[in-house]
Amino acid sequence: MPAPAQRRLIFAHIDEPNYTTDLACYLKHGGYTVMRKAFARPPAELMDEVKKSGLRGRGGAGFSCGLKWTLVDRKSGKPIYLIVNADESEPGTFKDRYIIHQDPHQLIEGTMISCFANNVKQAYIYIRGEMPHGARILEKAIAEARAANLVGKNILGTAYSCDIFVHRGAGAYICGEETGLIESLEGKRANPRIKPPYFPAVLGLYQCPTIVNNVETLCHVKHIADMGGEAYARIGTPNNTGTRIFCVSGHVQRPGYYEFEAGRITLGQLLYEVCGGPRPGRTFKAVIPGGSSAKILRFGERFKGKRKVGADLVEYDWGVEDVPMDFDSLGMIGTMGGSGGVIVMDDSVNMVEALANINAFYSHESCGQCTPCREGSLWMKKITTRMVHGTARPEDAALLKSVADQIPGRTICAFGEACSWPTQSFLAKFGDEFKTYHETKQVAKATGAPELV
Amino acid sequence: MISVPKPDLVTVNVDGQDIAVPKGTNMIEAARLASVEVPHYCYHPKLTIAGNCRMCLVEMGLPAVDPATKAPIMDPATGKQKVNWMPRPTIACATNASPGLHIRTNTPAVVDCRNSVTEFLLINHPLDCPICDQAGECKLQEFSTAYGRGYSRFVEQKNVKPKRTQLGPRVTLDDERCILCSRCVRFSKEIAKDDVLGFIDRGSHSTLTCYPGRKLENNYSLNTVDICPVGALTSTDFRFKMRVWFLKPTPGIDPESSTGVNTEVWSREGVIYRITPRQNDAVNDTWMADSGRVLYKQVKAADRLLAPAINGAATAPEMALKAAGDLLKAGAVAVVASGRSTVEEQFLAKKIANALQASVSLVSRVGPGDGILVSADRNPNVRGALVTGLISALPEQKLTALAAAIDAGSVTTVLSLGEDLTSSGLTAAQFAKISVICLGTHKNATSDAARVVIPTLTVFEKAGSFVNQQFRLQKFVPAVPGPAGVADDLATLGRLLAAVGGVELPADLSGLWAAMAAAVPALAGTTHATIPAAGQLLDAAAWAGLPFVEGETLHFKPAAAPAAALA
Repeated sequence: MPAPAQRRLIFAHIDEPNYTTDLACYLKHGGYTVMRKAFARPPAELMDEVKKSGLRGRGGAGFSCGLKWTLVDRKSGKPIYLIVNADESEPGTFKDRYIIHQDPHQLIEGTMISCFANNVKQAYIYIRGEMPHGARILEKAIAEARAANLVGKNILGTAYSCDIFVHRGAGAYICGEETGLIESLEGKRANPRIKPPYFPAVLGLYQCPTIVNNVETLCHVKHIADMGGEAYARIGTPNNTGTRIFCVSGHVQRPGYYEFEAGRITLGQLLYEVCGGPRPGRTFKAVIPGGSSAKILRFGERFKGKRKVGADLVEYDWGVEDVPMDFDSLGMIGTMGGSGGVIVMDDSVNMVEALANINAFYSHESCGQCTPCREGSLWMKKITTRMVHGTARPEDAALLKSVADQIPGRTICAFGEACSWPTQSFLAKFGDEFKTYHETKQVAKATGAPELV
Repeated sequence: MISVPKPDLVTVNVDGQDIAVPKGTNMIEAARLASVEVPHYCYHPKLTIAGNCRMCLVEMGLPAVDPATKAPIMDPATGKQKVNWMPRPTIACATNASPGLHIRTNTPAVVDCRNSVTEFLLINHPLDCPICDQAGECKLQEFSTAYGRGYSRFVEQKNVKPKRTQLGPRVTLDDERCILCSRCVRFSKEIAKDDVLGFIDRGSHSTLTCYPGRKLENNYSLNTVDICPVGALTSTDFRFKMRVWFLKPTPGIDPESSTGVNTEVWSREGVIYRITPRQNDAVNDTWMADSGRVLYKQVKAADRLLAPAINGAATAPEMALKAAGDLLKAGAVAVVASGRSTVEEQFLAKKIANALQASVSLVSRVGPGDGILVSADRNPNVRGALVTGLISALPEQKLTALAAAIDAGSVTTVLSLGEDLTSSGLTAAQFAKISVICLGTHKNATSDAARVVIPTLTVFEKAGSFVNQQFRLQKFVPAVPGPAGVADDLATLGRLLAAVGGVELPADLSGLWAAMAAAVPALAGTTHATIPAAGQLLDAAAWAGLPFVEGETLHFKPAAAPAAALA
């Protein structure tokens, strides 16, 4: 079956010649007309549209956006804040950066509509510290929008006022975790908060109800406001509505970003047809479908079970290539859609070395607050680093698995899962490679190399 | 069987055992009430919840209700409401009791959580218990015994972090031992109100340190040592002095102010090694000031008075007592009593003053209150003097009335019960006109010039009681014996009383208390032995109008604005 054509909703103007980040260019392409119309509607109606749209958060967890907005405590009398999570740091993910770099006004428009719908008077864009260029573009775009009365006081002559501030992170992955982000925005060390009681919807920024949405999610809100929730829900597949952006990296012929209707394209179509398949003379070995913390898939494994199609339960028997790229299908086969970062590895990759790379990342990024993640992530890193650069032992495979099993579900935030799932899945699917690595390894310890820590 | 709980109680279930606990109790405390220990490091009952050590993970379940109708779902097998167990373990410290909440603390899943947290905490820990001061009272050591595996699977290099860091004048930090529980950070911020500690770096390389240019030097810094569950923070004073299991704790009362902080005095073979706070939720919670912890050093001080003396020459106790009695009977006497004396001593001082028909003065000591545990009144027991009737008005800072009486010639002999008259305002000229009988613990200008000196015991060497600013009667017992040849203060005062012709009172504590309970209305029915560990509040109505100097401190609000504030 040939792959469907891309459906560019969010990325409509990305890489378009002569499309700039200026307000004038955005306005020429019909910018802010949706916001204009939205501001004439009751906020509750806009919220309903988002609920009807079935929009799921694009940051990684796929939580229902409408439900997130519903959970916000509106009775406390405290101000409600909206935070745009632009701390895009999951290895393999590079979608928000394109929106910020090439179409910042789309994000601002989506943000303002979301703010209006939720009666938010102050929004923050928390942008990753490593994206100074993006921060400058956003600052300029917001200044332009403010000058044009699209952001700020009495927007477009209405009684509604809302401002947006850009806050740059200091370079920590954990600031992408919403409560860590909130702590960081408050000027503190980005230690995620314990939940309960600190659910952002109730006790978020400055202990006020807070909505934290991903950049792409808020852009989708603009399109939902434009076309209506029901029309949006017809894009994609039921429960996986709208489009998804896939950031394909690694060993394919045409890596890059591609936007498709959610669930209408399979992983095989994406990798073989859209991305041109493996490099000449190579075959695909493994793929991580949703950012580096998602569980890895091994080409050749099969997934069987029953799934719901409409009202019926239908049996499925998928190879990796047959899996539809949506939250539910990827969840069913034990991995996740995550942030849409598809990392492809061909047969030139040694899985122990690949895992050593991932473990090095997560141990470096653990905030250090709670024990299992803090100690477990570094321990796993020390083991895989030693295996690659020092002495590998046959028993390391079992040890790694055991350490990884001691982390998830026991930590303050989802980092525990993020740092242990790679090890768990690598061991489950490529366990033999770990057990025999001491015999097959190519990397010798360099003479005079320092002891590893 | 649990009866119907009172409205402010909720029934929770800990390991199958129903127990009624106050609403809002967290599950660690609820389990404690059910005699079930939930191991923890970062949780401290007097600090905010951090939830970071993950040692207190338990399985949690809530009563099942129909989502639509909210009607309870019953389990036909047991006839009880079904319990929905959460798929993941929950931290007990941040889970508050709600009606029907179930926790399980002893399942294989929970034990596995504890085992793995223990292993994780130990992989980068130096395991230097043999040279660690915390050994013996180390939570990590205790829980490692219960949940550790006894061997290590960790073959990598351990993290290297700073050792022997002086965080301040009194606290030493070993970062490698630190388990990053953040108790000290929270204490500094929340209790000491001196936000000075924090973590730098990330992940397992996180390191506790002071803010740049700052030191942990507030007067509460040693509490961080007390609450440190491991040997990361140690007392520079106590370091390497003594193994804690050799030490005997004796309940004491901090004499540095009228707060009456409850203490534990740790000694071995007659030597005190350290003082730590003793929990009293009505007085000092679990805290005490650093300044109160060094007071034990006065016990072995070089200027300690160790032998009775007449005119500067050492003599036998009987001779000194006889000389003192003769002087007192001969002259026109004034008694300078002390707000540092115990209630018992003040009672006897009152009897002596009555027998001699002498005037009584007390010396006040006032300093700035810190709003936490050091109150403005630096005498621990001014209220005891009020209760026993030794004085009826609050003491003055200087003995002006006494000085005037000496100048007028109406006082020729002064009995000083532990006070230094020179620093209390008597001039050398006035001093030359009088005969002084000095009872005291340490050498000072008064003891140097006194006709008769009788040494007494420090607060660590005797039994007694103080009445703190809340009019809470609190008792203490001797932690160490006094120096050889120094008689108990009650015996000394009793014999002085007899020497001046007063009615002899029992010299033992229980006998004396029987006399006190009979004579002092506020103490009726009380004996030293029956004063509870948390103290006993006295009826203070009689003194409600007095302008006490204390401002607000922990668990104390002055009835009226303090005198200093009014001025």
